[in-house]
Amino acid sequence: MTLQNTTQAKANVGQMEARSVSALNQPRIAIKGLDFFYGSNRALKGITLNLPEKQVTGMIGPSGCGKSTLLRVLNRMYDLYPGQRAEGEVMMDGENVIAPGVDLNQLRSRIGMVFQKPTPFPMSIYENIAFGVKLHEKLSKSQMDERVEWSLSRAALWGEVKDRLNSSAMGLSGGQQQRLCIARTIATRPEVILLDEPTSALDPISTLKIEELIDELKHEFTIAIVTHNMQQAARCADQVAFFYIGELIEVGTATQMFTAPREKRTQEYITGRFG
Amino acid sequence: MASDAEHIVKSYEQELNRLKALVADMGGLVEHQVADACAAVIDRDTMAASQAVEQDPKVDAAEQEIQQFVIRLLALRQPMAGDLRQIVATLKIIGDLERIGDYAANVAKRSIVLQQFALPYTLTGLAHMSRMVQENLKLVIDAVGENDTQKAIQVWRSDEVIDDIYNALFRELITYMMEDPRNITPCTHLLFIAKNLERIGDHATNVAETVYYAVTGDSMVGTRPKGDTSAYAVVRPSVGE
Repeated sequence: MTLQNTTQAKANVGQMEARSVSALNQPRIAIKGLDFFYGSNRALKGITLNLPEKQVTGMIGPSGCGKSTLLRVLNRMYDLYPGQRAEGEVMMDGENVIAPGVDLNQLRSRIGMVFQKPTPFPMSIYENIAFGVKLHEKLSKSQMDERVEWSLSRAALWGEVKDRLNSSAMGLSGGQQQRLCIARTIATRPEVILLDEPTSALDPISTLKIEELIDELKHEFTIAIVTHNMQQAARCADQVAFFYIGELIEVGTATQMFTAPREKRTQEYITGRFG
Repeated sequence: MASDAEHIVKSYEQELNRLKALVADMGGLVEHQVADACAAVIDRDTMAASQAVEQDPKVDAAEQEIQQFVIRLLALRQPMAGDLRQIVATLKIIGDLERIGDYAANVAKRSIVLQQFALPYTLTGLAHMSRMVQENLKLVIDAVGENDTQKAIQVWRSDEVIDDIYNALFRELITYMMEDPRNITPCTHLLFIAKNLERIGDHATNVAETVYYAVTGDSMVGTRPKGDTSAYAVVRPSVGE
């Protein structure tokens, strides 16, 4: 009949953490002590975060907090720009993907990325999908047809485009174009998919279709999504990470983060009190 | 973890403040109603009794109004984290307050019946219990208004004492009934009155738990003080009496 004292309260929080950790799978990618520099500007500060396998990690935080930078580090997009460098560990299958000597083409076929604005190539729908696959694999015509159908079906677009595979992808609606980009990304059968605000340029219905798609895709792929839409993060993600000025402030299960975050800054950000 | 910072959207901040004010008003109404109901029994005050009964529709209307307001807030603002806990907690709290109001009205109605009886004993025990219940209710309503977990914990702890007094009263009233069957009617009413006060205490404890969760995000765990043992009481007159 005694009331819990502070120590017991802490033990309860401990249990809660244990539960939230056990709800997450083994890490597919383990980021440890990651720093990132744009020239002398340190944009990521000692980030340590796991992306659990076949689950969705949502990354939230105000503009400039480093969440998109982190995605760009994961598939080494930054290598295209001089003066940008990453330090630390991004471990995937025992290999540090940010170490020199990593085959970037191979890495990017394993870690695919979809951007905020749909970026279809100015070619046919079919060619949009086949283009990337051809870079990595030699497939016969029938195998390629199969791969195109598989990718478009996974991206929930097949039914809408199967009769016009040879028309230009530029003729698709914004939402269809974004699903085409997702189809193009999964066509190379990656293990991890990075989504950088994939629905911010879409209408609400297209947004819901992408969210439904994410729900489907996580059965096969490990997903990281950057979003400014808090409700979207709450709906889609298993794990949520909150970033602020290059630091990882708090990470936890989506339920914990959106109902009872532990950090004051997280609480203020997600309730709209940031200031 | 409630936040002191203001919401970026001013109208949302105003709505959250208005919600707080509405609950404070409803809390005040219920507190008053319980005070009237207790006075009706202890001081045999018929005016207070009718006031407590008349208050009830107002309390119900307040619950309805707040419920509508909460549903609107949920739909329009999609609250998160601390705001979400506060808003959902409010919905639970007004449910408890409404029940407390019902019990108070019932106590007041029974007090009117009691007027017809001359009571051959004092109501000291009941008076003591009603004071404690009112104190707890006041404290928990303060806890709601101030997001004060310490007060919530205090309420949660003191409910056990109320239960103890109730158990003692239960035995006392049974004894009067056994002594003289003419006591059965008034004592039955007094028993229900005591039970209603005890239930008010339980609902105040519910509110305390809800406040604690809304503020901290954790639930008050541990065995809840459950002191009403009258459910297991058996009364047997001794053989030969």
